[in-house]
Amino acid sequence: MDILNALMVLVNFTVIPALAYGSQLALGAIFVTLIYAVLRFANFATGDMMSFGTMFAVLLTYYFQSKGLNFGVLPTALLTIPFAIFMMIAYMLLIDKFVFKYYRIKKSPPVQFAMVSVGVMFVTQAIIRIIIGPTDRRFLDGEKFILKATEFKEMTGLNEGITLKSTQAITIVITLIVVSIMFWFLNKTKTGTSMRAYSDNEDLALLSGIDPKRVVMITWVIAGILATIGGVLYGLDKSYRPFVYFNNMLPIFAAAIVGGIGNPYGAFFGGYVIAFAEIFLTYSYKKFLQYLLPENLSPDTMVQALSTDYKFAISFSILVIVLLIRPSGIFKGKVI
Amino acid sequence: MAFFEGKQMTAGYGDGPDIISSCTINANRGEIVAILGPNGAGKSTAMKAMLGLLNLKSGNVILDGKDISSASPQDRVKYGISFVPQTRNVFAELTVRENLEIGGFLRTDGVQKMIDSIYELFPILGEKKSQVVGQLSGGQRQQVALGRALMSEPSVLMLDEPTAGVSPIVMDELFEHIVKVKKTDVAIIMVEQNAKQALNISDRGYVLVTGQNKFEGSGDELLNDPEVRRSFLGG
Repeated sequence: MDILNALMVLVNFTVIPALAYGSQLALGAIFVTLIYAVLRFANFATGDMMSFGTMFAVLLTYYFQSKGLNFGVLPTALLTIPFAIFMMIAYMLLIDKFVFKYYRIKKSPPVQFAMVSVGVMFVTQAIIRIIIGPTDRRFLDGEKFILKATEFKEMTGLNEGITLKSTQAITIVITLIVVSIMFWFLNKTKTGTSMRAYSDNEDLALLSGIDPKRVVMITWVIAGILATIGGVLYGLDKSYRPFVYFNNMLPIFAAAIVGGIGNPYGAFFGGYVIAFAEIFLTYSYKKFLQYLLPENLSPDTMVQALSTDYKFAISFSILVIVLLIRPSGIFKGKVI
Repeated sequence: MAFFEGKQMTAGYGDGPDIISSCTINANRGEIVAILGPNGAGKSTAMKAMLGLLNLKSGNVILDGKDISSASPQDRVKYGISFVPQTRNVFAELTVRENLEIGGFLRTDGVQKMIDSIYELFPILGEKKSQVVGQLSGGQRQQVALGRALMSEPSVLMLDEPTAGVSPIVMDELFEHIVKVKKTDVAIIMVEQNAKQALNISDRGYVLVTGQNKFEGSGDELLNDPEVRRSFLGG
């Protein structure tokens, strides 16, 4: 019984949150990796682009709520995602046309591209602050829990319960659906294959008649979809605060690089690696150990490897270790 | 008039000096034409000029009686000119089949029939169709490269040193394949370092020196020309 209780503690406080957080990171990491693979630069505006898409979802949610529209037990924000994606893609294509295209035609080196994306990041941040401001916003409505700890305890008779927030379940389900569709698209369709070909060998792709403009456009469209969905899911699960999205860029980049940058499978996997590492290392195992160890050995301290304030240090350390030991990442991406 | 012809081409890189000057190369369907010459003679440059990867300063490129000098490389692909570069000539991260599919990217009638005929031409590709090309041997990769280029059913195939860096046995095999391709009524122009072997299978050859036509003639003529032998074929 104690072992089961200990397990429930672990599942409730680490596994479920890590799966949800990992899914959010995975979407962002695939975004980074796709841009890197096709457009060949590290996009520092990733976090703020996700924030930009989410901003529209937040505003539209408020608007829908004011009109009395809702999605029943599900968050209204899910209804707004298609519109937010549309705005996001429009913004990305606009930025590409007026900023990135110039450097692409000039065949600028990747470092210059990365610096340009820093500029885009600042501009995007400024636009977001002008439109919605820097404050914390909650836009979650509908049913909050799928499974409450008390219900679970009643059902099983255990001391410890499992809580499943609806946002966590929605995050995991939507991520799996979106990522499956994306992998199907990349691997099974002609356009997807042409994108991979362009990423692999640009010159030969041109010699085969692949239109680079179309490849670039489709990449931004897919990136826009991923960025918006990832951003909205994160915002629903935690809350929407523009600055946090900027901070999330570190774990997102770490995820993309751990998995092997340029490799979407790697980025997907990397998201979970980072999330689990972050949560397992910052979780306090006191309660968990209390169930497992005899009373006289029970810990009085928190039994926490690192304080949660240091969670970015974990992504950063993983990033540095991977770059030192295996720069191509777990799934053999490109070497930066 | 020849089917595909680069006439009096003069070109160089950027604002640099002319690499080729008044260089003329032509090929007919069902013919293999070899471009030979010492290092730096402008062989690859001549080929790039015919492909549109370089702008001509003067001269023109004619395909089937039509002047295509100002067409982009992509448009030339549409007109039926296919190119196999010397390096990075396959999609290493894609499977053999996907490489062929990309080769037929511009086809509107589906790729399956053409892929089957490529498998017939290069049986090894049929066996390894779902393997990632990066894992294949050098000779097999070159076959993938040829197969990809043939997917668009080109009328002109241009090969930049197809046998560079492969063993002599594989080289003979590749030349056999090139002859097979020629029999499908394609005009083949190739730049080669292995001059003797290349001339053996070529109908005609050009020897370029410092960007100009120095000798030209049938494969046998060049092979037996004492001056060509002395300067390029090693006696």
